Amino acid sequence: MHELSVTENLLELALKHAEPTQANRITDLYLVIGQLSSIVDDSVQFYWDFVSKDTLAEGARLHFKRIPTELLCLDCNKSYLPGEEQLSCPYCDGIRVKILAGNEFRLEAIEIEN
Amino acid sequence: MRKRIPVIENILSANDQLARENRKKLDQAGVFSLNFMASPGAGKTSLIEHIIKGLSGKVRLAVIDGDVATSIDADRAQAAGAVAVQINTGGECHLDAVMISGALPQLDLTQIDLLIVENVGNLICPSSFQLGTHKSVLIASIPEGDDKPYKYPAMYRGVEALVINKIDLLPYIPFDMEYFRRGVEVLNPGLITFPLSCQTGEGIEDWIAWVASQVNISTYQFEH
Repeated sequence: MHELSVTENLLELALKHAEPTQANRITDLYLVIGQLSSIVDDSVQFYWDFVSKDTLAEGARLHFKRIPTELLCLDCNKSYLPGEEQLSCPYCDGIRVKILAGNEFRLEAIEIEN
Repeated sequence: MRKRIPVIENILSANDQLARENRKKLDQAGVFSLNFMASPGAGKTSLIEHIIKGLSGKVRLAVIDGDVATSIDADRAQAAGAVAVQINTGGECHLDAVMISGALPQLDLTQIDLLIVENVGNLICPSSFQLGTHKSVLIASIPEGDDKPYKYPAMYRGVEALVINKIDLLPYIPFDMEYFRRGVEVLNPGLITFPLSCQTGEGIEDWIAWVASQVNISTYQFEH
């Protein structure tokens, strides 16, 4: 059910940005989703077909850009891509980290026809 | 003609905006609020019952309970002596700012010091939806296993305090506390943690003292 409310929010956001452009149709949505934001592409796509019906965005294509999690070790200052159970730094085993990427959860752009 | 329109906006920005409005309402009324998140059965409601009893007569407390169905949790909070509002999400796996915004008018905020929002039992979705509460608390429990920080990183990252409930079961369950804490430390360095048992009462005192300190009751003294 999580993806349903996310998809509704997505539609609202796309329509909000299309409105002032006097678009006849929204054809494409470009999403940027970090690995940490626990969203399933297929599920969003599934709900999208329902929620976008009878709107400007009906039938629009969803493009997902996935961003892998990247951490910066604050001890040795190296960045790395963590493994599933290996969250600590592979170089120095440090566990003080900063998240460089992976939190993204945004609509980057839409394409419209008018 | 085809045209690309840059958006660059968080997908949940409408929710976040409403969450900010909720926060404003709470701030204006002088209400401190906590968002309790956990998997089903971790002990959210039991913990709330302890807080209600521990702070009774010192803090005016209200609870907003989120569940897919039933008012069991709100009934328990009410029986323990708190004002309680039940939100039935009708299938939704989390509370969001819209639901909180609908529940707030049902409470007389001027008569409340502490508002606890009990989120839907779920270790994934609630972490994505801001409510407008001041701090978030995660309640983990020993029977869930020591690998949960690794499996649900978003939940462990987005909280300001961690309760580890059911520590009375440690002798009976393989739970590597060192492994668990290491996972937590990577995700949320220095996170304040309260190992306790709602069943035996062990560790409850420190936890309630923390809650009280958050509500800023300088005169508060825990009564043994």
